[in-house]
Amino acid sequence: MPLEPAATGRRRDRGMGRAAMNEILQGLAQAAQLLAGLDADLIEITLLSLRVSVTATLVSALIALPLGAWLAVSRFRARRVVIVVLNALMGLPPVVVGLVVYVIFSRAGPLGVLGLLFTPTAMVIAQVIIVAPIIASIAHQTIRDLWADYHDLLISLNATRAQRIKALLWDGRRALITAALAGFGRAIGEVGAIMVVGGNIDHATRALTTAIALETGKGDFGMALALGFILIALAVAVNLAVHLLSRTERSSRW
Amino acid sequence: MVGAPGIRIEALAIRRGGVPILGPLTLTLAATGLTVIMGPNGSGKTSLLRALHGLERLSGGAVHWPDGTGDPNARQALVFQTPILMRRSVADNIAYPLRLDGVPLAEARARAEAMAAEVGLRGAMARPAQVLSGGERQKMALARALIRAPGVLLLDEPCANLDGRSTTDIEVVLHRARARGTRIILATHDIAQARRLADDVVFLHHGQLIEVGAGAAFFAQPLSPEATAYLKGELLP
Repeated sequence: MPLEPAATGRRRDRGMGRAAMNEILQGLAQAAQLLAGLDADLIEITLLSLRVSVTATLVSALIALPLGAWLAVSRFRARRVVIVVLNALMGLPPVVVGLVVYVIFSRAGPLGVLGLLFTPTAMVIAQVIIVAPIIASIAHQTIRDLWADYHDLLISLNATRAQRIKALLWDGRRALITAALAGFGRAIGEVGAIMVVGGNIDHATRALTTAIALETGKGDFGMALALGFILIALAVAVNLAVHLLSRTERSSRW
Repeated sequence: MVGAPGIRIEALAIRRGGVPILGPLTLTLAATGLTVIMGPNGSGKTSLLRALHGLERLSGGAVHWPDGTGDPNARQALVFQTPILMRRSVADNIAYPLRLDGVPLAEARARAEAMAAEVGLRGAMARPAQVLSGGERQKMALARALIRAPGVLLLDEPCANLDGRSTTDIEVVLHRARARGTRIILATHDIAQARRLADDVVFLHHGQLIEVGAGAAFFAQPLSPEATAYLKGELLP
């Protein structure tokens, strides 16, 4: 007797498994159709994602690269503290960053008058807070190592501080671009912060990751998988770019 | 100090963590010629060169250059024992000091080309510095040091680990620079090279000045038992 329900249960599991499998296969087929047909929603979402994450990466690089270089070549009392804070910021949970940005830009918040909440600009701001510490930290390590190599030479040649930083940034350019690409990879795949501050509004703030979360919840695996493939393709492209960069590093082609 | 056209080193001392590394040294070197700093490993040759160049924090004493005033390394160049390779082409490595002085790129590259020809590196200009052989690296570092036409050229074991051909090439360049009036101070523990090059010799041991004098006299008849033993190839305690 006690065997009966267990047996039927197992049978039902198998049935459900088959149904889910079918759904996934249907989803894959639908995803292929959407991708092949260059679905308008798909393209709009992808472009918004790229716009937000590329902007966030560029803004972060503008802040983080000079900061990393400055931390590497300067000696001041609070330097260690700044580095510790930077490394701590690298581990910030994105959803908490989203929450803080939300509070600051919400109508009652200190910057509420700007009306930026639920706009792509708010998403860029949140991603900058997440990405800038990553780029700054990698840039700092890179330039610190290069500075250890160059220190005696640049001092011996009487290079000014500005000339030193210029030489370090230029000769470390491949590693620094790799750092920016790592930042972009983090930004494009990030979901928690832009969900909170962007609101995942159709035709306004819907990005690849937030759309995947939504479509998966709705059970629309076709759209979710199509978006997922684009995201994976972007991640692969970034990794390929990093790989190609490191090859030109070795052959020193530029 | 007017009327004393030499390089005066006064009670120069370097200590690190309470351990004496060098000195106190007091000596005067001629204003021209080629001085060889000799001594076994750890005798303080590198520290003395770096102190002369202003790269070491002194625990005491001072160096007075004949010019008197000015930045100690403004008219000086130092060739490090391990050449420092910038991650650039050989041409851009050699041209870099000129670029720091604001020389336009085209002119800096042309002068780098001429300097490379002088040290025998002409064919390597477009290559990244990282792929050069040991001898080529030393030649590149030498060309980079000479391109500003320094009044004083300091070299730290410029021919360590080099074969005879590369050593000869570098010594030819040094002879030419000396003939043009560049003051050269070179540290080496290659006794044969010191013999070939030295106008005068500074002999150090355990951070102390053991002997200083004209090269010919030093090699013919060293005054100290340490230098006598060293020149015979004996190991110093």
